[in-house]
Amino acid sequence: MTISPAARVEAEALFAAFRATGAAPVEADVLQPAGTLLDLYGEDIRARAYVTQDPLRGEMVLRPDFTVPVVQAHMSGGAEPARYCYMGEVFRKQDHLGPRASEYLQVGFEVFDRDAPKADAEVFALFAGLLGTLGSKALTGDIGILLAAIEGLTTTPRRKAALRRHVWRPRRFRALLDRFAGRAPVSEARARLLGHLKTDSAEALMQAAGPLTGLRGADEIADRARALIEDAEAPPIAAPEAALLYDLLGLAAPADSALAHLRGIQPLMPAIAPAVDRFEARLAALRAHGIDTASLPFEASHGRTTLEYYDGFVFTFHAGDAETPPLASGGRYDALTAILGQGRSIPAVGGIIRPALVAERKGA
Amino acid sequence: MSLKIGVPSKGRLMEKTFDWFGARGVTMVRTGSEREYAGAVEGIGGVELVLLSAGEIPRELAAGRIHLGVTGSDLVRDKLADWNKQVAELAPLGFGHADLIIAVPACWIDVDTLDDLDAAASAFRARHGFRLRIATKYHRLVRDFLTANGVADYQLVDSQGATEGTVKNLTAEAIADITSTGETLRANHLKILTDAVIHRSQATLFLSHRADWGAERAVLEALVAKLGLSAPALSG
Repeated sequence: MTISPAARVEAEALFAAFRATGAAPVEADVLQPAGTLLDLYGEDIRARAYVTQDPLRGEMVLRPDFTVPVVQAHMSGGAEPARYCYMGEVFRKQDHLGPRASEYLQVGFEVFDRDAPKADAEVFALFAGLLGTLGSKALTGDIGILLAAIEGLTTTPRRKAALRRHVWRPRRFRALLDRFAGRAPVSEARARLLGHLKTDSAEALMQAAGPLTGLRGADEIADRARALIEDAEAPPIAAPEAALLYDLLGLAAPADSALAHLRGIQPLMPAIAPAVDRFEARLAALRAHGIDTASLPFEASHGRTTLEYYDGFVFTFHAGDAETPPLASGGRYDALTAILGQGRSIPAVGGIIRPALVAERKGA
Repeated sequence: MSLKIGVPSKGRLMEKTFDWFGARGVTMVRTGSEREYAGAVEGIGGVELVLLSAGEIPRELAAGRIHLGVTGSDLVRDKLADWNKQVAELAPLGFGHADLIIAVPACWIDVDTLDDLDAAASAFRARHGFRLRIATKYHRLVRDFLTANGVADYQLVDSQGATEGTVKNLTAEAIADITSTGETLRANHLKILTDAVIHRSQATLFLSHRADWGAERAVLEALVAKLGLSAPALSG
């Protein structure tokens, strides 16, 4: 897949615009160690990235994005606050025939700054300034509000952890919520097991089922059996509380109206208050950059996709239909810096632009 | 030019394929010595028999080097991205039945569904520091299925044979493999998840969209008429 001269020209222009903000240009190796990415994303990254073998360094991937190496470089020696920009090819396997490129240029901008609402607004306004004239449509979201709502549920820590773990997988999240809220029936197999556990110990049932085989130990199996009994005894999430969460998942409105709606349900869901405060502060910061928050589209579920690292503000700029990738996307990934920082963390927000799509848009 | 049809080169799959075509008046025979992979088609003109490993037939179809091919529907789905854009299913042949399933140790009394597998994988990763390993050779089908069902914290490990043994050998915690009777699974103390039939496979006659369909179009029409199939739409 050849990168067109027009895309390269556009990339240079965008990169220059990012550098003009004072951001430090950074480089990242095309060949990245696979371990970190595989640990972060598991099989999702295997499906999307080119994994290859190096005789000395083991499994390597062709750079699927810049965020991870930029975070690693920053955490191992950068001073705060910091602004970085980069430009280069990324490589993504495409599993469907079609126009999506498997090798394309990205130009990106990342901010490591503890003033989160201000940094969110700075990144978004910078992108809006570069892309706004192209007739692209912005869409924003905030995973932090969903995470806060989950934390505030009146239910067991185990159920909250399960919901939090799957916030980026909408289908499984929905199935779990339906089950925890008593809307979906318990599976036949589960009901049968719970029946057996009333009269027999987990150990006895295991012995009857067959010899212990594999690495997963008897204690692990018994632990989960106990967890299942506890879960069966825990009351379902109360209907009004579940209804609020379903409502929140479906919230789609201009940002100011979304804020008013969230303030309206906040007395019923007090746990979301700090996240809604952050949302409000971000909107104020966006207005200070001249963004019209009365018309800025917001969806509470935006950004819930499988390469799970955005955990706060998220945004995309779209020009075509839903089938084509966005011109630009980005968001906040504080949790990712905590994982990569091994104990240390720094609030971070950033995004990338696809210059080939911008060039195409300008040519159209 | 002739219409090339790829058929598995040995074993029951070859015999059953020959039987299926034979019952419809198209006789396939092997020619040359017993060990030579050469064959001929009688009962219809312009058809050339190509004997291939069943595992290579999907790739040959995708490349357009054969016009038609008989292989397992599981292999086509696993080996070809967007398989139904690259090939078309002309007819299921009614043999070579096998289900691609996920199986876990029978002693896992707490795991019967994908929901359970996902929860067990999460706990396993927290305990052991790595993702729960599922041994398989069907990487695409298994990964797509688990992604669609929102299962996390697993990893696929490649196993090209004796997959049922990987759990006992501690190289995997679970497996995804084809089974017809479940005999080998039971013998290895494994049980099938109740909601994880990934694909019900059988031997299928496929058509390549990529192949050159010039003069062969007329041969195809004669062949499908003889086989009692409806004529497929050819792209291009």
